[in-house]
Amino acid sequence: MKIEYNFAFFDEGSKREIRRATLKAIAIPGYQVPFASREMPIARGWGTGGLQLTLSLVGKEDVIKVIDQGSDESVNAVNIKKLITATTGINVTEAMEEATIIQSRHRIPEVPLREGQILVLQVPLPEPLRYYEPSEYETKKLHGEKEYSGVWLMLFEQIMSYGNMSTGADHPVMVHDRYVMAPSPIPRFDNPRLNCSKALILFGAGREKKVYAVPPHTGVISLAFEDFPFQTESFRNKSCRLCGAKGVYLDEIEDQATGKTIYQCNDTSFCMSRLNGKI
Amino acid sequence: MKDFEQPVLRVSHLNKQYGKGCASCRDAGGMVLNKNFCPVCATVYACRDITFEVYAGEILGVVGESGSGKSTLMQCLYFDQKVSGGEAYISSYKSGRENIFTESSQQKRYIRNRMMGKVYQNPVLGLKMDFSSIGNIAEKLIAAGNRNVREMEARGKELLEHVNIPVYRIKEAPRNFSGGMQQRVQIAKALSNNPPLLLLDEVTTGLDLSVQASVLDLIKQIQRRLKISVLIVSHDLGVIRMLADRTIVILDGRIVEQGLTDQILEDPQHGYTQQLVQSLLV
Ligand SMILES: Nc1ncnc2c1ncn2[C@@H]1O[C@H](COP(=O)(O)OP(=O)(O)OP(=O)(O)O)[C@@H](O)[C@H]1O
Ligand SMILES: [Mg+2]
Ligand SMILES: [Zn+2]
Repeated sequence: MKIEYNFAFFDEGSKREIRRATLKAIAIPGYQVPFASREMPIARGWGTGGLQLTLSLVGKEDVIKVIDQGSDESVNAVNIKKLITATTGINVTEAMEEATIIQSRHRIPEVPLREGQILVLQVPLPEPLRYYEPSEYETKKLHGEKEYSGVWLMLFEQIMSYGNMSTGADHPVMVHDRYVMAPSPIPRFDNPRLNCSKALILFGAGREKKVYAVPPHTGVISLAFEDFPFQTESFRNKSCRLCGAKGVYLDEIEDQATGKTIYQCNDTSFCMSRLNGKI
Repeated sequence: MKDFEQPVLRVSHLNKQYGKGCASCRDAGGMVLNKNFCPVCATVYACRDITFEVYAGEILGVVGESGSGKSTLMQCLYFDQKVSGGEAYISSYKSGRENIFTESSQQKRYIRNRMMGKVYQNPVLGLKMDFSSIGNIAEKLIAAGNRNVREMEARGKELLEHVNIPVYRIKEAPRNFSGGMQQRVQIAKALSNNPPLLLLDEVTTGLDLSVQASVLDLIKQIQRRLKISVLIVSHDLGVIRMLADRTIVILDGRIVEQGLTDQILEDPQHGYTQQLVQSLLV
């Protein structure tokens, strides 16, 4: 039996409701807006938050790119693309230039976002204060009062344990000098790229039923102490072994044969484009 | 001399009730109450018309039996609980002219983080048990606006050393510590911002006698050195006798007697105080 889905899987009322939450999120940069997260044919925690945002936004003219940790071809990205094309019939692409909506997990693509694009990031844990304060009621109050000692304390604890801010991914940011926000598990390398972005950036957490946003041209500052400045992962003097790119986020891979560490672009379609001479 | 001095803390007509009250308990002026409890509507009148002052550099003791409203009083002063009525003024905040109970919650946080330190009866309420001990100290410094790690680390070390937590254990979580050590971490945390006022709620309750003595000794030392004002609450008159210059006796949420500690011990006026003193002597 073939099930007839509405365009973009959800009925129009559901999409409208998600868009309403999204609009509120855009109006209050960095603020987590609750929304009625829906059941999906993909398990929660596999990008259903991002997917719901994408499905609520997508129109017949859109071209979509989906990546997972820098790869357009991972199982997860492919599954999401399948669902989107099956329910909308729109085109998918790997090229940043062509995409109008980019859904991503754990990365901001290397090719700079441009005006008019929307980046949808999948979020596992939207609340930057959660580890410090388990109660949602309390964290809401703390956000309301701009009381972020708890986030700073977590950074302080990291420095005490590891000698530096080792957050790796998901380093907390201050948005528009008002709300502290979890940027989702993107590497610190990508944090500065949230700042004054030309594109709208949306964050969707399916399990936690939250959406939040960084509208275009919004100030996003990574939190740091006076004596422990924010630092991105450094790939100084390293370049991609395939395309030779420098100043991009590189994966470290151990060469099985030589036992040496080799470096390679994390963003595979970016790397391919360079190899094909497209960028 | 003290009469001319502005008190560090002035509390006037503080009331705190748990419950809405009903016609029979509200109007009868406490006549229908069973101790502090209304048998009709189950409202608890935990603090009733509490008025007192704490002066610079003094230790004021509050003694009373279990359930008399001591912790509630401390919670109200530290904004852990909303008061039902009354006022309080802190000399270092807006020159002591603004009732701190009616300030915004952001202002209350400001007062709490910069002008007060508190040690809770239950350390779970005063500490993040799973964060490091030094992190617990830093929390209060961060809340007061500090953003310098090395500075906070140095301050935390100094304070923890001061309360006899060995340097090699400062990165451990209070969860791993004994009750006495947890109370000492709380004391260090409470002192971190050099607050003019320290609130101590049953700091030694539940500790071994020898540990009790060392914690009390520490408080005495700190108070002498820093000349800070202390409000200390205990159901144990022995603790109060050891530390407090002046003492307030509360019963069922009301102050029944106050004066110099020595005087109260030598010549207790209220029947309840007489009982308390009596029990101390046997
Ligand atoms: N959150 C609450 N809700 C309802 N009643 C409360 C609450 N907290 C305290 N009470 C009541 O208020 C009264 C005063 O309690 P409080 O904890 O202040 O007493 P205490 O003097 O500190 O006692 P103890 O010496 O046992 O610590 C008690 O009758 C208590 O049951
Ligand atoms: Mg108590
Ligand atoms: Zn009543």
